[in-house]
Amino acid sequence: MTSPTTGFVRHRRSKRAIATFSVFEADLLRSLAAQLVELLHNESAVVATDRDPLEALLDFSGPTTEPEDPVLRRLFPNAYRDDDESAAEFRRFTEGGLRDGKARAAGTVIDVLEEAGLPPEPPEEDLTIDVELDAATALVWLRALTDLRLALGTRLGVEEGDEDYWYALPDEDPRAQAHHIFEWLAFIQETLVRTQA
Amino acid sequence: MTTASPETTDPGVQQDLIPEGITLADTPWVTVVWNDPVNLMSYVSFVFQKHFGYDKRKAEKLMMEVHEDGRSAVSTGSREEMERDVQAMHEYGLWATLSKTE
Repeated sequence: MTSPTTGFVRHRRSKRAIATFSVFEADLLRSLAAQLVELLHNESAVVATDRDPLEALLDFSGPTTEPEDPVLRRLFPNAYRDDDESAAEFRRFTEGGLRDGKARAAGTVIDVLEEAGLPPEPPEEDLTIDVELDAATALVWLRALTDLRLALGTRLGVEEGDEDYWYALPDEDPRAQAHHIFEWLAFIQETLVRTQA
Repeated sequence: MTTASPETTDPGVQQDLIPEGITLADTPWVTVVWNDPVNLMSYVSFVFQKHFGYDKRKAEKLMMEVHEDGRSAVSTGSREEMERDVQAMHEYGLWATLSKTE
């Protein structure tokens, strides 16, 4: 990765979280966020927000079983461990809203990057993207970065204390590259948490 | 047949043993956060402060319980309250469940 970001810092006067990304980094973040939005809408949770509120209230067609996809299973875990019926009820009433919230958060990351000047097709030449987040937007970014890391970590099968395994993989191994991105996201998130602590 | 609760003999001491946040409702429920290999320790502590309003010391203590013991009971209350907490934890990307206290 060329000219890596130094992550987020807290601006002294405005108290905002600010970061400068290379165009490559900003484009990577946008692409990961877009993939997450797609995944969240992929396996249908049967959610519709733009319809008659009463009709929506009377629709009990929310999902009651765990998603097939391991990433979605991690994002929407069972709320009850030993009570399938209660877990199904909880899922029916919460999963649609949770999916929408997570998709909106990932969408906010994309919007902020594009409003900061990330072009639809990133140019080859050097370009930096300056991002500035108020407290509310920083919170949305923290949640979205978490979901991206959960998604990537689940796909990779990351486990606690397994760093040596990943560092031993050859550089050209796509999994090593994906793990590098996973760690880069952790760095970005860590610096952002510090600005809000 | 039963024996008197020992707390009547020394209520001061016994009260200290009741963890913060425990309600004495008939059927208290508990929100449990489970360890996962992805979430950052700093973020988990941040979420506990943000959502539950815990001070930094308490949030870090609970976070370390999750990290070292694999899980921690982070809030207690009615079933409805715990469902809301679990939903909030899932919004934040933490792995949480609720159950009845034993």
